[in-house]
Amino acid sequence: MTQNTDTGDDSGDALPDGGVAEDGQRSGFSPISALNERFGSDFVESSQFWLPPFLLVGLFVYGAIIWNLLISLTDFTGFGTPDYGDLDLEMYGRALADSGFIDAAINTFILLVGFTLVTLALGLGLAILIDRNIRFENTFRTIYLLPMSLSFVVTAQFWAWMFNFNNGVINIVITSLGFGRVDWIGNPDIVLWAVMFALMWQFAGYAMVVFLAGLRAIPNEHYEAAKVDGASTVRMYWRVIIPQLKGSTISASVVLMVFALKAFDFLYSLVGGYRPPNGADILATKMVREAYANLNWAYASAVAITLFLMTLGIVGPYLYYQYNRGNL
Amino acid sequence: MSNDARTDGGTASATDTGASAGALAGIDGYRVLLYLGLLGMLTFFLIPIESGLVTSFKTSSGVSGSLPFAPPTGSTFTLEKWQSAFDALGRGLINSALYAIPATVISALLGSFAAYGITQSDWKQKYKAPVLALFVAGIFIPYQAVLVPLSQFWSMVSLQDWLGFVWALGINDDYAGVVELIVTHVAYGLPICTVLFRSYYKNMSEEMIEAARLDGASIRRIYRRIVLPLSGPMFAVVLIYQFTQIWNDLLFTLVLVQTESSAAAPIVLILAGLGTSLEGQDFALRMAGAFIAALPTLAVYIAFGEEFAEGVAT
Repeated sequence: MTQNTDTGDDSGDALPDGGVAEDGQRSGFSPISALNERFGSDFVESSQFWLPPFLLVGLFVYGAIIWNLLISLTDFTGFGTPDYGDLDLEMYGRALADSGFIDAAINTFILLVGFTLVTLALGLGLAILIDRNIRFENTFRTIYLLPMSLSFVVTAQFWAWMFNFNNGVINIVITSLGFGRVDWIGNPDIVLWAVMFALMWQFAGYAMVVFLAGLRAIPNEHYEAAKVDGASTVRMYWRVIIPQLKGSTISASVVLMVFALKAFDFLYSLVGGYRPPNGADILATKMVREAYANLNWAYASAVAITLFLMTLGIVGPYLYYQYNRGNL
Repeated sequence: MSNDARTDGGTASATDTGASAGALAGIDGYRVLLYLGLLGMLTFFLIPIESGLVTSFKTSSGVSGSLPFAPPTGSTFTLEKWQSAFDALGRGLINSALYAIPATVISALLGSFAAYGITQSDWKQKYKAPVLALFVAGIFIPYQAVLVPLSQFWSMVSLQDWLGFVWALGINDDYAGVVELIVTHVAYGLPICTVLFRSYYKNMSEEMIEAARLDGASIRRIYRRIVLPLSGPMFAVVLIYQFTQIWNDLLFTLVLVQTESSAAAPIVLILAGLGTSLEGQDFALRMAGAFIAALPTLAVYIAFGEEFAEGVAT
């Protein structure tokens, strides 16, 4: 059987082996039947459907990542083409010595964890409110999910105005409560939290939809049993219902974390340029700035690989978990 | 529907001890709180949009002189900002549609092909799994990880030279960027399209397909005659999801079209730099621009909210 793997063209050698090992039947001496016997009866015929998309994704996604890895090992800057003759890890060393990179990595991590937690919490709250057998359920749900249909470029305009120092809604509200104005975008210690808040506004509806699907999948008997036991509503959710939302929580977290890693569009649009407000630089913005503003292609590729590894660290275990549950 | 049943069941068991009047009063107080919470959240989600909308109709003095969420009064009302936003963004609206619509349709079709080839045909699970895993993992790739190679690729595959006959017709060769955007968005949108269609095909009734196979129908024929006609609802979900994603994306437009002065500049690219200058920020103009850019996706969302929710939830 093992010889069969790469003998697609050379049917004469491959087939007798494969035929005997499988079931002793052969439809003909052709590379097609050899492939079909190896991979399954529809393999060749169905490949006209899945192979072209697969090759496109393979080239643009996986080919590009490998290419990106290669470029990150060169010293490619400015115009022209990279020199692949001289590969080393210099760019990764440079990243570790670059305080801007370290700051961006820390900010990325804070945004990732903070944004995911607050969005999950708000999304769960919304889902529970919606699930309490309310009237106008569709209207509420539609409005909560509405920001999700907007571009980051659009929501960045809204929030630049919301956070405006002199006349933004947020400062108007907090001054009317007796607090002083806050420079949300200009203060490097605060801006990241402001960005997190705006992103939470945009994605809470998404978390709500995922949790709502999870809540609706829980059998009614669980609610009734908790009621019969005399548990209060809060206690029922905390003890009985929320623990059953593990699957929803995991899926929503992964998607939210990946969104947080990609928050580039929002930060770019907030200021209309490659340089986000001080204190809000993340790896995604740093990578694009190094590449397209400073033309440090190799260095940008190294930053991109770091970002890719962070994503892999989140998505890898998730895919493994899904695979084990038979969802793939 | 199931929701109604549950709460009915719940109240029935709570009230059959006889204290129905007390229970009702309790439920009323609780209901009031519930709706207050729901309305509070409604305000939270709508206030940035409401504030943007009223601001877009204000003159510059109205913007600085009135509360951000108060509607414009007679003297501070103007349509001028919408007019100038439309002048700046109008061509971007067309450019965006030029790549968003073809890319949406192509990626949905190819995604359906791929999902069908993997799901409904008979080849070994242990070889399907890695193919599928690569599609699924493709959903989560941060685009930054492919940007530099993508730029390199499109500078090597020079559409500007290859499509010379198109530019000879008098079309600005900046529109090579639109073709690049179509191919790029199709390639990176395919994973999610494939996974969405797969979840649908997995649950499709197999009896009809089995019967067709026994009659000797080819895989291609089964797709055209049975699977494609039944895919309508999923096509709605995928088309809506993809259109929103592609229309809203800034990163690829920034890398492939680069400048907002390009003849082919998409709307998001122009909007990102709108109303910011050295003299300060024209928020009324930015808000009007934001609404113009959001209009197509908002319209799709309002018309097909259910399908959109299904797309994001999967």
